[in-house]
Amino acid sequence: MAMSEAVKNIRDYHVEAIRRDFPVLNQQIRGKQLVYLDNAATSQKPKAVIDSIVQYYENDNANIHRGVHMLSERATLSYENARKTVQQFLNAESEKEIIFTRGATEAINLVANAYLERLSAGDEVLITAMEHHSNIVPWQMLCEKTGAELKVAPINEQGELILDKFEALISKKTKFAAISHMSNALGTINPIKQMIELLHQHDIPVLVDGAQAIPHITVDVQALDCEFYVFSGHKLYAPTGIGALYGKIQQLEYMAPYQGGGDMISVVTFDKTVYNKVPYKFEAGTPNIAGTIGLGAAIEYINAIGIDAIAAHENSLLDYAVEQSKRIDKLRIIGTAKNKGAIMSFVLDGIHPHDIGTMMDHQGIAVRAGHHCAMPVMDFFGVPATARASFAMYNTHQEVDALIAGIENLIEMFG
Amino acid sequence: MLDDLRDLYQEVIFDHNRNPRNFREMADADRQIDGFNPLCGDRLTLFIKLADGKISDASFQGQGCAISTASASLMTDIVKGQTEEEAQNLFGLFHKMAMGEHVEMDELGKLAVLAGVCEYPARVKCATLPWHTLDALLQGSEEPVTTE
Repeated sequence: MAMSEAVKNIRDYHVEAIRRDFPVLNQQIRGKQLVYLDNAATSQKPKAVIDSIVQYYENDNANIHRGVHMLSERATLSYENARKTVQQFLNAESEKEIIFTRGATEAINLVANAYLERLSAGDEVLITAMEHHSNIVPWQMLCEKTGAELKVAPINEQGELILDKFEALISKKTKFAAISHMSNALGTINPIKQMIELLHQHDIPVLVDGAQAIPHITVDVQALDCEFYVFSGHKLYAPTGIGALYGKIQQLEYMAPYQGGGDMISVVTFDKTVYNKVPYKFEAGTPNIAGTIGLGAAIEYINAIGIDAIAAHENSLLDYAVEQSKRIDKLRIIGTAKNKGAIMSFVLDGIHPHDIGTMMDHQGIAVRAGHHCAMPVMDFFGVPATARASFAMYNTHQEVDALIAGIENLIEMFG
Repeated sequence: MLDDLRDLYQEVIFDHNRNPRNFREMADADRQIDGFNPLCGDRLTLFIKLADGKISDASFQGQGCAISTASASLMTDIVKGQTEEEAQNLFGLFHKMAMGEHVEMDELGKLAVLAGVCEYPARVKCATLPWHTLDALLQGSEEPVTTE
């Protein structure tokens, strides 16, 4: 984004008004105003999302795609409207390409499961060294079952993918690639458009894990041309337990169902079952209807503010935090990619991240301490864990000040 | 600002974290075992030497937070010279204390500085990991111990 445009967006950005939309933010923790900086783990939910769920349960609750009665029709309409909202949000060509899942993890497992029959010994699956466990383990399991081999493209000291080495790992053996759009542990944003182009030169299908990117980056799946894009609702201001898989229709049409059950069938006899059409083929059982409606409401809320404006605000918070943190000698930032989102992972010399976490909590500041479900990333940087502050649309520069002061306080206490 | 945290982070804990006692590899250990907290990535290796039915030496290595490092440091100090049974009894008492159950603090000696951990459910495992590891070691296990 051009600088002038970003500045304009920040000026128009009313963070105090946004904060009032998030009831949870208005509380004290151990006598101090809550400063919530664990957004990369999960974001808070605006009133509009909470209200949409209450509205559904108080007025429209019924099972979908079944009853002829009014409530079922209303519930079905709300559910399918959410699918349209997600389709437009990702700029998918058709709403049939949107499958609701429990989250990004289930979406990845769904795709990995479908590739069971398509891989065999000698084939390779390519991932990167910065993946979340949820974009490692399903592929490891797939490789174990098929005899295929998992290849991992390395990162550099800044936490950036080494593109040459990624390209060098692509070969005729590569049958699938799964890459993160943005790293949850480091904040690195990958050049996925370029990576997808490289993979497509060899006709390799690509899954993009967008769990961390989706609240910060405008996603256009047609422009990216990826075969699959997955995300979780809960990092996008929506409820937990709901997420989505985008898949190109040509892919989804001939993929095996993930689970069997109701709603994914068109005819069942004891001899044979005819599966329902896409996307219902992949949505067995009564789904998380309320969560899906909440996801739709979250996206509408984000659209009203504008994801580019949100990203500009978050980036200014990150820049400010990085700048302010320079005055703390003991602090080292883990993940210093040129292109990164609003995540500041850090370690303090001689102070374990868990002690940081507890001591920050005592000052009302919620940060994450741990391996962030990315143990290989921790191994690469030679740390057992990091502390992580991650920013969302409702965070303020004053909260960054509180973060920095909080870190200085605990360093003083540690002595 | 952080005064109320002093119940958990007593000066003795900072001292043991900065200068952990018995923090060394023991090449001639009779037994050794790894302990791991998968939730946070803390890991330690515990070594003991046995002579005449007693723990004649104990040491550890690894990386962890101040609470787990101090706990391992205090533990290796206190169990030296104890019989296996005495050490296991002490583990029982320590575990009770960490869980917030009533125990006679006198019986815990120096370990009482870790009593504050019971107020922090997320940190109880930091304090108990070294003890679970010792318990497994005394029971003759060679499998790595995890707190989960």
